[in-house]
Amino acid sequence: MATRISREDLAARIAGDIPDGAIVNLGIGAPTLIADFLPDGLEIILHTENGMLGMGPKPAFDEIDPDLINAGKQPVGELAGAAFFHHADSFAMMRGGHLDVCVLGAFQVSESGDLANWSTGAPGAIPAVGGAMDLAIGAKAVYVMTDLLTKQGESKLVARCTYPLTGIGCVTRVYTDHAVFDVTPDGFRVREAFRDNTVDELEELTGLTLRDAATSGEGHRHG
Amino acid sequence: MIDKTMTSAEAAVADIPDGATVMIGGFGRAGQPIELIDALIARGASNLTIINNNAGNGGTGLAALLATGGVRKIICSFPRQSDSWVFDGLYRDGKIELELVPQGNLAERIRAAGAGIGAFFSPTGYGTQLASGKETRSIEGRDYVLEYPIRADFALIGALKADRWGNLVYRKTARNFGPIMASAATTTIVQVDEVVALGAIDPEVVVTPGIFVDRVVAVGERPWIEGGTFVGGVTIEGMPLFDTSRTAFSSTKEA
Repeated sequence: MATRISREDLAARIAGDIPDGAIVNLGIGAPTLIADFLPDGLEIILHTENGMLGMGPKPAFDEIDPDLINAGKQPVGELAGAAFFHHADSFAMMRGGHLDVCVLGAFQVSESGDLANWSTGAPGAIPAVGGAMDLAIGAKAVYVMTDLLTKQGESKLVARCTYPLTGIGCVTRVYTDHAVFDVTPDGFRVREAFRDNTVDELEELTGLTLRDAATSGEGHRHG
Repeated sequence: MIDKTMTSAEAAVADIPDGATVMIGGFGRAGQPIELIDALIARGASNLTIINNNAGNGGTGLAALLATGGVRKIICSFPRQSDSWVFDGLYRDGKIELELVPQGNLAERIRAAGAGIGAFFSPTGYGTQLASGKETRSIEGRDYVLEYPIRADFALIGALKADRWGNLVYRKTARNFGPIMASAATTTIVQVDEVVALGAIDPEVVVTPGIFVDRVVAVGERPWIEGGTFVGGVTIEGMPLFDTSRTAFSSTKEA
């Protein structure tokens, strides 16, 4: 569909917003794709909550080391300058506000920046939270990477989350396959609409009243 | 003379009783003390409470312990994984109790137990289901949840090397919960690849000082390490590669 960008393009878009020198946690799942698109020539340090700074790319198959994994329990590499530490130190980095950016997935994000991403509350589902609640309240900037709509076509941007919360008022910005939204005291502001998305159409898709950064000189849009 | 080394994993875990609370180190498979867990399974302890970040992977280690039916309750942050079928089945059948704790609160509650902290206020989880019923406080404009320590009767930990005083060094991300769990249990039992001579570990690089360690068992090097050097040749599960054709493996991996 012409109105959406691919997950890879979205990962590249997010990677482009991460500045030189930033310390970043990419969680598990889709956000880990962003690592593949970080610009060459910048020093961006990746934190993984199981206890490492300076995480490197996926190793060659014969270099897989079961003692060297990321939070998703996938094999990773080790860059020059890397450091290992135990879990309490790792979460002190997160909770203590030492990470510049984290990128999380979402089931829902509310207009006031509440995040729901750990449980659908469905009966019989096995709950698992991991480090999501610590990341949500800990990083200086909390970005969400998600499709705008569920497979059933419902908006993941909502007035109020109906799924169990991960954190309150914690989300800074939401990167979706249709547009990028900033969370502001007055609700979502469309920072950038991809392809032929318009603010009117995004309002229709989300059922929310949206502010337009383009008309207020606070951002730009791509045609 | 202080000598914490034990001759076997079986001897090291022999006094873990039914009903004990046991911390087990490791994040996924990394750092899981497999030989100690196997010895605990052989001992046949029942009605255990287990503390680990996860709830077992595949059919080995912690998952094998759960499969014995000897675990009454598990305290963890992330039980649901692609290969957690043993736990999944027990949970759905109502045969195991789950206390879900956000990962950083789990780590800090363990650290607090080892550090003699009575309780602490954490911002993690405030306003969520996982903090329901817990005392809260606003401090300098931020909201916190009161969290209590988690301590254990025993901790089972995997490390790389120890000396006979119990000083430990770990390897890469297999460190994870080891240092904090070592401090939070009445009796801390550690399996290592190798026990080295006193003085062979540089005091500047000791990660867990021996004061936190009670028993040490050498179990030999894991398949991906030879003579202290990483040699690879295993899958992420630590299983040896039987097919040595890298080309075949690379093409499979990319498929």
